[in-house]
Amino acid sequence: MKNKNQKSIYRTMTMVFGVLASLSLLIACGPKKGGGESAMVGSDAASKVYVAPGSYDEFYMFASGGFSGQISVYGLPSGRLFRVIPVFSVDAEKGWGFSEESKPMLMTSYGSIPWDDAHHPEMSMTDGVPDGRFVFINANNTPRVAKIDLTTFKTTEIIEIPNSAGNHPSPFVTENNEYIVAGTRFSVPVGANLDVPISSYKENFKGMISYIKLDKESGNMDLAFQILGPGFNFDLSHSGKNASREWSFFTCYNSEQANTLLEANASQKDKDFIMAVNWKLAEKYIAEGKGKVMNTPYYHNRWDDATHSATATLKNTQLVLDPKDCPGMIYLMPCPKSPHGVDVDPTGEYIVGAGKLATVIPVFSYSKMIKAIEKKAFDGEVEGIPIIKYEECLAGEVKKPGLGPLHTEFDDKGFAYTSMFVSSEIVKWNVATREVVDRAPTYYSIGHLMVPGGDSKKPWGKYVVALNKITKDRYLPTGPELTQSAQLYDISGDKMKLLLDFPTIGEPHYAQAIKADLIKDKQVRVYKLEDNKHPYAAKKEKDTRVERKGNEIHVYLTTIRSHFSPDNIEGVKLGDVVYWHVTNLEQDWDVPHGFAVTGAQNSELLIMPGETQTLKWIPQRVGIFPFYCTDFCSALHQEMQGYIRVSPAGSATPLTSSLGK
Amino acid sequence: MNTNTINRVLGLAVICSSFFFFSACGGSESPATEGEGTSETEVAEPVITDKGVGPISSVELGEIDEVMVARGKNVFENKCSACHKFSEKYVGPSLAGITERRKPEWIMNMILNPEEMIDKDPVAQELLETYLTKMTFQDVTEDQTRNILEYFRHIDNGGAE
Repeated sequence: MKNKNQKSIYRTMTMVFGVLASLSLLIACGPKKGGGESAMVGSDAASKVYVAPGSYDEFYMFASGGFSGQISVYGLPSGRLFRVIPVFSVDAEKGWGFSEESKPMLMTSYGSIPWDDAHHPEMSMTDGVPDGRFVFINANNTPRVAKIDLTTFKTTEIIEIPNSAGNHPSPFVTENNEYIVAGTRFSVPVGANLDVPISSYKENFKGMISYIKLDKESGNMDLAFQILGPGFNFDLSHSGKNASREWSFFTCYNSEQANTLLEANASQKDKDFIMAVNWKLAEKYIAEGKGKVMNTPYYHNRWDDATHSATATLKNTQLVLDPKDCPGMIYLMPCPKSPHGVDVDPTGEYIVGAGKLATVIPVFSYSKMIKAIEKKAFDGEVEGIPIIKYEECLAGEVKKPGLGPLHTEFDDKGFAYTSMFVSSEIVKWNVATREVVDRAPTYYSIGHLMVPGGDSKKPWGKYVVALNKITKDRYLPTGPELTQSAQLYDISGDKMKLLLDFPTIGEPHYAQAIKADLIKDKQVRVYKLEDNKHPYAAKKEKDTRVERKGNEIHVYLTTIRSHFSPDNIEGVKLGDVVYWHVTNLEQDWDVPHGFAVTGAQNSELLIMPGETQTLKWIPQRVGIFPFYCTDFCSALHQEMQGYIRVSPAGSATPLTSSLGK
Repeated sequence: MNTNTINRVLGLAVICSSFFFFSACGGSESPATEGEGTSETEVAEPVITDKGVGPISSVELGEIDEVMVARGKNVFENKCSACHKFSEKYVGPSLAGITERRKPEWIMNMILNPEEMIDKDPVAQELLETYLTKMTFQDVTEDQTRNILEYFRHIDNGGAE
């Protein structure tokens, strides 16, 4: 009913009025009652999402944790949550940002930051297909890109993006992980002259685009070069595939270059742009020495599985290309009305823009774009960057797709799926003919959507997941704040079929999914003790001890089911700082031990088998303080405890430690 | 081959009976397994194979090899000593006299394959009932395990720890 209403409104009203009307319609009707939706779901839905106890899901789904700053890992089709991987935000449960070893991962040029807003998980690719090696994610607030190793599900690298603000169009990868891109959502002044009036936006503000190189062997990231883009808001990105593989595409809005009330002032023009960047040519210009050195400090943090520790490195130089010096490197394709998503179909020929205020979905043609560049079919320029004529790079438009197109993913049968925020639906259309073939309502107000492998050359076109912005009545209510809501649809037939609602953490801006077989069999189960290079590791009970260095006490502690060595410690005095270096001697899968000590102004530690982690503890008062294992480890877990005695400052109690005496 | 078949029969019986054991003491989930378990144990008489269950079916023992002893001692200290001593019971049983109590194959299978041993071997199960902490695989190779065995022989022969 809702769709029909919207369609008739759509036909009779102007575009803007239509948007407003449907917004108010949404509000007026309000959400439907949760219990009344069963008619929408086919009778076989339950069996399609049922994964029997002890059985595995077919796909891993990595969802952005949004404003939680993390990544959450789900199984599809069940929607079961397996793990929350701490990335940009501290996580007391796992000691992330609390252990001495993990603190450097959160270091930035602004100091240590305990939180960020994570948006887009992106799988590493080999030949344009997810390879299950890494997942990357961007930090939107303090611009960074993180890499998660999928053998350990641990964040192993975070690189800060200098000269940038609001790293939104990120971290999309090229066909073989040559580069991971980053970009500026909020253009800002860069370089030497930073203290300028905000009203001098047009003159002084720039939108920097960044290319992070991924070393083929080590998998290490490094900032390769940056491109000084015009002062637009860069929104999203995707890399080309096949023939278009050497190009990246970025959507821009606010081509008006407004610096206030963007809601109205950045929606003045009929068209903004998709910016096409030839990164291969940029590479060549860098090799020719066209990059200018800038000296903005940024941090590059790396985790080492051998030392079980992170290192934060302050870097100070970056190479920046100015499009004025680099002909042929960048072009602008006009794209209707504040485009959000830019998505490249599996062949690499079609580039789909999604103007969130547009009444059409423009589909650009890579081959037409190249021809237009060759014959210079331009219509003006922005800061020396040629604007290609719209018709000259356009393959066609999807007419009247719905309201508020945001993102598009693809299946393996030539269809595209576009999320419609305002009309709250997924629209399926034929990529070659641009005809709409099906639509399915979402509950409510879909943002991103995801087909497993749906931004790659080989999508697994079995499901589409709607990542919704509004939850309302879909679940049992939990006060003013509700869970976030994802919905799973079967797309194996002609018609999309809703199968399942499942809750997610934070706001899942985007997600990616991959066949479980590409990940599950290469999991690290334990860290080998003999490979542990942590400087404070005690690799056997014989090596456990307590040492004093001035007012620092270093406890070399081990855990094994179910005792600590040592478990009686005396001789610590008020004013001392105690470092608990805990090595888990277990070499068996799924036997972490936890460590907590009374009064720690800190979290627990959760130490994986073979790992060493350190908790800093500053005793606050004289007394005997217990420490214990927080992660149930055996029948005698409750006995896994110890005592540390804290004496007054200046006390003569000798420093001793013991076990079983 | 023969041992394998016996082991399988025994294994079934033991798995079922161990379900019974766990559900009886731990209040485990499903009461259905209790019934099945009981009937199976009635049928199969436990057959004790003193070599245990695992990859080791025979071990050749010669003169005590001091190089192997030294290597075994090193692995033992790193991977085993947090739970086992020779003089007293600790997390697990005292290991003094182990080579007299058990066949060398049993010792190596217990080190290399503790999970299956606890599932299937009645002696390993009895030990679990006594000590209540499951012995775990400590990520050791077959060579390292053979060296640990040599170290045990050395201790039982009156050698120094």
